[in-house]
Amino acid sequence: MFYPILRSFYKTFFFTVHNINPEYIGLGNYLKLVNDPVIWIATKNTFIFMIAAVVFQVGLGILLAVFVDLIRYGKNFFRTTFFFPIVLSAASLGLLFRLLYNYNAGLLNSVLKLFNLEPILWLDASKALAMVMIPTIWQYVGFYFVIILTALTKIPNALYEVAEIEGANTFQRITKITLPLIFQDIRVCIVLAITGTLKVFDMVWMITAGGPFDSSQVLGTYMYSTVFQQRLFGYGSTIAIFIIILGVVVTSLTNKFIGNRGVTID
Amino acid sequence: MKRKFSAKKILNKIQDHFIEISMTKFVIYMVLIAWASTTILPLLWVANNSFRTTTQIVNAPFSLPDSFNLANYITAAERINILNSYKNSLIMSGTTVLLVLLFGGMAGYAMSRFKFKFRGFINKMIIVALMIPAFVTVVPVYEIFIELGIVNTYLALILPHTASNLVFATMMLSAYMSSVSTEIEEAALLDGATRWQIFTKIFVPISRPAFATVGIFTFLWSYNDLFSALVFVPNKSVQPITVLLNQVKSQYGTDLGLQATAVIVTVIPVLLVYIVLQKHIIKGLTQGAVKG
Repeated sequence: MFYPILRSFYKTFFFTVHNINPEYIGLGNYLKLVNDPVIWIATKNTFIFMIAAVVFQVGLGILLAVFVDLIRYGKNFFRTTFFFPIVLSAASLGLLFRLLYNYNAGLLNSVLKLFNLEPILWLDASKALAMVMIPTIWQYVGFYFVIILTALTKIPNALYEVAEIEGANTFQRITKITLPLIFQDIRVCIVLAITGTLKVFDMVWMITAGGPFDSSQVLGTYMYSTVFQQRLFGYGSTIAIFIIILGVVVTSLTNKFIGNRGVTID
Repeated sequence: MKRKFSAKKILNKIQDHFIEISMTKFVIYMVLIAWASTTILPLLWVANNSFRTTTQIVNAPFSLPDSFNLANYITAAERINILNSYKNSLIMSGTTVLLVLLFGGMAGYAMSRFKFKFRGFINKMIIVALMIPAFVTVVPVYEIFIELGIVNTYLALILPHTASNLVFATMMLSAYMSSVSTEIEEAALLDGATRWQIFTKIFVPISRPAFATVGIFTFLWSYNDLFSALVFVPNKSVQPITVLLNQVKSQYGTDLGLQATAVIVTVIPVLLVYIVLQKHIIKGLTQGAVKG
């Protein structure tokens, strides 16, 4: 596990194409990284991804979990249907979404046609990033939903009964009792969502492969295409080191900002 | 709290209460059903289209198939050899699970019961290793595999998959095993059992739930992974199902019917297993990631 990282780091000081005749170029790869416009697009996209993942994945997860916790019938049905995208591979879901986005006969354009609207080119440069973010976020909502739902079932019913006697309505019960008590779990979810976006590759690769014109490039896809399509092993390793540094910085920043502010049941 | 009670007020209150309940309930159910349909409907649409040809899909995207047409499925089996990829996926993911359970079990036992030098250090290293994404190790590992000449063999995917899941497996299993009471172990030692016997006869059976969780998590993770598979086993004869999908995408990009079939064929077995084992799977995946 650790030897490869050191080897990666060592590689970053060389210029290698096809991994033959490595030539020592000192910090050349790092200079290239700083001046490479695509890496900044990829980084920016990864950050947009991160924010969207936290807001929508965790947000929708909480919303759906709170709702399912409130209802009596169909809890299991919703649990099953919300969770199943997670067990499917991002590769097959990516292909599925490609079919939905298809210009001629995709589900989305077919629906538009039903309402006599013009079909839309879903995967053009202006929309591609959003179009790869939606399925990635959609796939994991069920995951955060289950984590939060498990946390919700641990809250003793007595608390709600007291609240009801005191005259609190549903909304108040949620904001005053439920949310503070599950704060710890929300924190875990946020950290997972953030670290998860640094690992995004499969779905993006299947749907757009970073294109068109790098508009939906994320760090993972850019690193893959640098190493295994352009065959630039040294520069690819530099991107990999960049991903680690970014990961460490972002994780420690999140831990700092949403430190241990939770309420526990005593 | 002070409150004035009058019959009318109470009646109003009760009415409000019921209106509030039924309205919220209605909205709640609507939202839940809406989300459920986003997960189910696309799959049904694709399943429906997997029985139809591309021209039929373009002309009438929502109509049901005229007949139970298996042409796409036959193409999938013959032309893109989907069964072979299935076999590859199962061999590689299955072996990964076995190796992870074996080594993870032993490492977990060692971490939970033995006191040895650097134990704390190893523990820390395990936690750090969990945070490293696959992108970082892939280049050097690829080079090592080329030197060893094992790229495009089953081993080339089994090894990295085992390595990356082992970390988490060790953590889960050692956490579970440390909760086993030492008295059972001492009793077994008094009866003359060896360490290995204690491990296989006591710890493995007791930790069965943890082993199941780890096994499910590892299998799904390994079966679904595209990134490492693209790098280490891109060759047609050994490629797993995820790589095959990537190829279908680029080679048969215009054949909508065939693509739909490819999605369905890869999705159906996992879905069936999911429906049967859903409790364990949901538990396994969420626990796995939260602890990791």
